Amino acid sequence: MTFGVRGVTVRFGDHVALDDVTLEAPPGRVTGVVGGDGSGKTTLLRVLAGALSPDAGEVRRPDPGRIGYLASGSGTYPDLTVDENLVFVATAYGVHASEVARRSGGYLERIGLAGARDRLAGHLSGGMRQRLGVICAMVHRPELLVLDEPTTGIDPVSRADLWWLIARAAAGGAAVVLSTSYLDEAERAASLLVLDRGGSLAAGTPEEIAAAVPGTVRRLRERPGGGLAGRAWRRGARWFAWEPPGSPPGEGEVVRPTLHEAVTVAALARELEAVGGGAP
Amino acid sequence: MWAMIVKEFRQLRRDRRTLAMMIFMPVLMLVIFGYAASFDVSSIPVRVVGPQAERIAAVLPPPFDVEAADPEGTRAEAELALRDGEAPVAFVTDAEGVTVLLDGSELFVANATKATLSSLAERIPGDVPASVQVLFNPDLETSAIMVPGLAAMILLFVGTVITSLGVVRERQAGTLEQLAVMPFRPRDVFLGKIAPYFVVASIDMAIVVVAGALLFDVPFRGSVLVLALGALLFLFVTLGLGVLISSVSQNQGQAIQLALMALLPQVMLSGLIFPLSSMAAGVRWIGYLLPLTYFVQISRGVMLRGAPIDALWTSFLYLAIIGAIVFGLATLRFRRQLAPARRHGRLAEPVEVAA
Repeated sequence: MTFGVRGVTVRFGDHVALDDVTLEAPPGRVTGVVGGDGSGKTTLLRVLAGALSPDAGEVRRPDPGRIGYLASGSGTYPDLTVDENLVFVATAYGVHASEVARRSGGYLERIGLAGARDRLAGHLSGGMRQRLGVICAMVHRPELLVLDEPTTGIDPVSRADLWWLIARAAAGGAAVVLSTSYLDEAERAASLLVLDRGGSLAAGTPEEIAAAVPGTVRRLRERPGGGLAGRAWRRGARWFAWEPPGSPPGEGEVVRPTLHEAVTVAALARELEAVGGGAP
Repeated sequence: MWAMIVKEFRQLRRDRRTLAMMIFMPVLMLVIFGYAASFDVSSIPVRVVGPQAERIAAVLPPPFDVEAADPEGTRAEAELALRDGEAPVAFVTDAEGVTVLLDGSELFVANATKATLSSLAERIPGDVPASVQVLFNPDLETSAIMVPGLAAMILLFVGTVITSLGVVRERQAGTLEQLAVMPFRPRDVFLGKIAPYFVVASIDMAIVVVAGALLFDVPFRGSVLVLALGALLFLFVTLGLGVLISSVSQNQGQAIQLALMALLPQVMLSGLIFPLSSMAAGVRWIGYLLPLTYFVQISRGVMLRGAPIDALWTSFLYLAIIGAIVFGLATLRFRRQLAPARRHGRLAEPVEVAA
């Protein structure tokens, strides 16, 4: 059963937080939702998890007892220990307390929390707490696992551990939907939805999104001037520029766009369209 | 330093609730202290019974205010009226003179009666000798009336102030939304949240009553069951109030402020400290809207006077009505917080499909 949303719109007063957004979340796969701050990622995940009702559209999700949800932030109780947090969530979902240790033991071992079962969650580092939050969300083996920015603000080692957990959940058959603003890790997802200001910018596998870039992307030696400046961006030490289809070829080496370039180009194209009222 | 002052003013301006409270609180305190905080008893309701009832009733000077004069009435009936809280003072007349029965649980009224009688040199106009007998709290001990009141206040404190932090803490920790998504019914979360406070407050209550009896010799004349029933009812009101405050507060600071605002008028206007009969009529009616007023009546009635439940039924009734209103509002607010957030003015009806 594929979960997801179709044509979902959410408004907060006059502000349109999500505008006709569609997301498919097949079981056994990791589906990523990427976008900058305020792009609507959290709103979409709240709708999918059932924490927010949309104004329009269709939501397909399992019963509440078969959903795992990690809201933004760690979602654990700082004044409960690691074990107590796990037991609370598990028993709330009908998992017997005695089963919790067996189910979570391997996870805790792998992410280095096995020796901290009796520590208060509030005394764990941010990364540890986040990992605990993800284990809490998946301890009842949900069919749909919704994780809102589980890797934001934590170090690369913690992120690697989190992705190990996420992969385990998907391997167990769960449809995993997670949001992130890190494009490098988004490439690990089987499919992606790119959001920008509440609208859907691109969707597909990371490769499909990268391949669908219109026009040409060039790598430049230095920051370009003139009309190109508005379509150029910097990544690391290098500059890149986008030439829309039909524009005269400029300088620099043509490169095959990665997901990073594809998302940037999609946002640029949308911006230019909004400013120019049509194709650039 | 200037930058610091400007920053503080800006923050204060944004926190409108605190600002409103800073301005509103002194006004509230002024009104309450000004009109309610009075130990002076200006009017003493009395019952007069016995063969001379009508003659004595006619000559009783102020502040005595004769509610009923019954020549057929007996001393036993007068004692019952005092026990049931129908009147704090009774004049029992016979051929030799008058016996004045005082309800010692109404400390200030009893003291005022004694003072008035001694200024009349223990003789009622017409030269009738009067002797005084204090019932229920014969030594007119302050501790005897304060301990039942304190028991009530502890229930109020635990129920309202401590509970008010509960939901707010979840919201601040970001766990409230996860609770909303978990397979809990709102009433599971609601009852689960208040159950520990209920247990702690009940233990607190028992400790205060037992300690009051052991340390201050406060009597316990009535039925434990009646007090327990009253405490149960009152506790539900205060817990409901706590959850209600919690559900309308954005953070723990606001919750504490609101809880104290709910607490203060109850302490001042319930008759716990200042007798309701000495309050200006303008603020006394507020006292009759507050749950603590009725539980103070129940706890003093049961513990000091041994009043049975049928003498306290109005207090139970009002408490139940207030409880139903507060609990109903708290449940509604709570359900709204836990239900998926819905907004008005939707364009089309969304479809939710359980897959």
